[in-house]
Amino acid sequence: MQSANSTMKIMTGNEAVAEGVRLAKVGLVSAYPITPQTVIVERIAEMISNGELNSRYIEVESEHSAMSSVIGGELSGVRSFTASSSHGILYMHEALHWAAGMRLPIVMSVVNRAIGPPWNIWSEQTDTFNQRDTGWLQVYCESNQEALDSIILGYKIAENRNMLLPFMNMLDAFTLSHTSEPVEIRDENLVSEFLGEFNLEARIDLKNPMGYGSLVSPDGPFMEMKKDIRDSMYNLKVIKEAINEFNEKVGGGIPGLIEKFMMEDADYALITTGAISSTAKYTVRKLRRMGIKAGLIRLYFYRPFPGDEIIEAISDLKGVGVVERNSSFGYMGATYQDVVSAAYGRLSVPIKNYVVGLGGRDVRVKDFEFMFQDLKNADTGMRWVNVGVK
Amino acid sequence: MPLTIPREELMEKGHTACAGCGAALAMRYVLKGLGPKTVVTVPASCWAVIPGEYPSAALDVPLVYTTFASTGATISGIREGLDIQGKEDYNVVGFAGDGGTADIGLQSLSAAMERGHNVLYVMYDNEAYMNTGIQRSGSTPYGAWTTTTPVGSRRKYKREEKKNVAEMMISQGVPYVATATIAYPEDLERKISVAKSIRGPKYIQILSPCPPGWYYNSSDTVRISRLAVETKFFPLFESIQGKFKLFKPAKILPVKDYLSIQGRFSHLTEEEIDEIQKAVDRRWESLLQREKQDAIQ
Repeated sequence: MQSANSTMKIMTGNEAVAEGVRLAKVGLVSAYPITPQTVIVERIAEMISNGELNSRYIEVESEHSAMSSVIGGELSGVRSFTASSSHGILYMHEALHWAAGMRLPIVMSVVNRAIGPPWNIWSEQTDTFNQRDTGWLQVYCESNQEALDSIILGYKIAENRNMLLPFMNMLDAFTLSHTSEPVEIRDENLVSEFLGEFNLEARIDLKNPMGYGSLVSPDGPFMEMKKDIRDSMYNLKVIKEAINEFNEKVGGGIPGLIEKFMMEDADYALITTGAISSTAKYTVRKLRRMGIKAGLIRLYFYRPFPGDEIIEAISDLKGVGVVERNSSFGYMGATYQDVVSAAYGRLSVPIKNYVVGLGGRDVRVKDFEFMFQDLKNADTGMRWVNVGVK
Repeated sequence: MPLTIPREELMEKGHTACAGCGAALAMRYVLKGLGPKTVVTVPASCWAVIPGEYPSAALDVPLVYTTFASTGATISGIREGLDIQGKEDYNVVGFAGDGGTADIGLQSLSAAMERGHNVLYVMYDNEAYMNTGIQRSGSTPYGAWTTTTPVGSRRKYKREEKKNVAEMMISQGVPYVATATIAYPEDLERKISVAKSIRGPKYIQILSPCPPGWYYNSSDTVRISRLAVETKFFPLFESIQGKFKLFKPAKILPVKDYLSIQGRFSHLTEEEIDEIQKAVDRRWESLLQREKQDAIQ
C-alpha cells in the first residue's frame, strides 16, 4: 500500500533508519560512531544541519554516554533516539537496564555485528541477544522497509502508557545496513497522526519535583517495579493493536509478532531472525517445487517472546529447527531454549538447534537445504552449520 | 554585615546523611545558591542514599539518579532536551563524588565540558569512596589511610598525589572552574552565583569533610574544612575565562594542624609530615606565581 504523499527511494538500511527518525520527529539524538551503524547517525546529523529535522544532536564520547544522555533527554520530555552496534551496545549495557527501569520509551537501532576477539565487523546477532534481559523490546528486521517502519512502530508501542518500555530495532550488518533496496518513505503527516506528540507523564517538572531512580529497600516496591516491567512487556494487545493501526493507517507490511511463510501445510519448518530469512524463504520455495513441504517462521519480535504464536504454528509439524545467528556457550542457543520452553508439555515435535553465520559467514541456500534435510533425523541436538576445522 | 546566604531551603529535614556530613552541607549551599529552578543529577555515591528512600526525597527539586560513570552525559541530555523545549532558564546540575568524578566519571565529565553544554558540575570531594566504605580514589591525598591503602609493615597509606580535576578542567578551557569548601559558605555562594551568570560549562569542586571516613569527631567538620584552607592543604581558587585567582586566608597555619586531628593521617611520622608541608608549600608558591602572571597579562 502506497499512500498519496509517500515516495519510493532506493536506500540502504542505515539510510532507511535515519528516514524513520526524521518521520518520527525525534527531538534529541545522541550517538557514538561504530561500524556498521555510523551511517545512520551521520545521515541524522546531516538532516539536523540541513534543517530537515528539528532536533539536538549530542556528539558523545562513548556509547555508555550515548544511552545516558538519551535517558536525560527523555526525562526532560523529548522523544529521543540513538543507534549502536556490537561492542558499542555491550559498552552501554548498564545504561540499557537503567533506560528500561526508568520506563523511558527510547528507540534505538542496532546494526547487528560480531563481537571480538578476533576483530570482525560483519553480521551476527550475539550483540543484541546479550541484551535480552535488559527490559527492552526487541525486533529483528528482514528488509530496509521494515527497518524504517520499525522506528515509527517502535515509538508507538514504547510510548503507550500501558507499555512505557524502550524499543530496540535490529538490522543485519551490511546485508541490510549497507545494501540498497527500494523503500517507501512514509507520509509524514500520517506518521505524525499515528504517533501524536511526545508526552511523557513523568517528565522532569519543577512544579512536581520527583526522584527518578531513587533508593528502594528489599521491603520497598523494588520487586513490584520489576514485575511491572515483565507484565507490561507481555502486554501483547498493545503491540498487536499498534501493528494493525500501522498497517491500516501508515502503510502495510508489518507481519505481526512473527511471520509465517508457507506454513499452512508444512511438515518441516525453520525458525529464523533477520535478513537470512530471505534466503530461507527462497530455499522453502525451491524445496516446495521439489515436493518437500517446507515452511518458515520468522521472528520479528524476540522480546516479548511470541511463544504462543510459534507453538500454534508448529504444532502439527514433523520437525522444527531453530536457527541462531548468535553464540551462547555452555548450553543450547538462546532462541532454542525459548522455543523449547514454550513447547514444553504442549508439543512432542522434535526441535533442533542450528548455529549459522557467525562473524558474517555466508548463510547459503545449500545451508538451508542441509538444515531441512537434517530435520528428517528426529534428534534434538545442536549443529554448527558451514563450519570447518581451520 | 548583610546576610549573603539565601534563606530559602531546598533541602529538607529527614535526609539520611551521617552526623557532620560535609557533603550534605555542600548540597544545601549549592541549592540555596541556585534556587528552585534547578534539576539535580546524582550518580552512585553517598548522595544517592542521602535523599532517603522511595517515595521520599529530601530535596525540593527534581532529582535524577544515574549510573556511576554517567553524570556528565546525563546532564548533557537533560540540558539539550530542556533547551529544545525552550526551558533554557533551568539550572542543570550534576552533583557527584570524587570517585564518580576523578575516576569512573572522568571521561563523561571531560566530554560534557568539552561539548560546552550550559551545565554546572559539582564534585563534592570527600577524598575517597565513602559510600562503599572508604576506598582510595584518585582524589585521595598523599599520605591518607583508606581501606584499600591500609597501613601495614610492607605497604602503607596512599603513596600518590591527589589527582587534580580542577586543574584538568582549567586546562580544558572550561569557562568557570572553582574550588570551595563548606567552612566558607559566603565564598561558596558567590562562586555559585558567578557560575549561574556564565552560559556554558562550569565546574566547582567542594571539599566535603567526612567524619567516618577521615576519622574525626563529627562536630569538627566545619573546623576541619577551614583548616584545610588555612594550612594551604586545599587551596581555594577560581579560574574565570582562564584568569586565575587564589584565595589567601587571613592566617596561615602549619599543615600538621590539619593532619594531626584526623585519624586517616595518624600514622604519619614527623618526617613524613615535613615532606607533606614542603609539597604543600611548593604548590602554594606555584599558585601564587600563576595568579601573578595572569594579573600581568
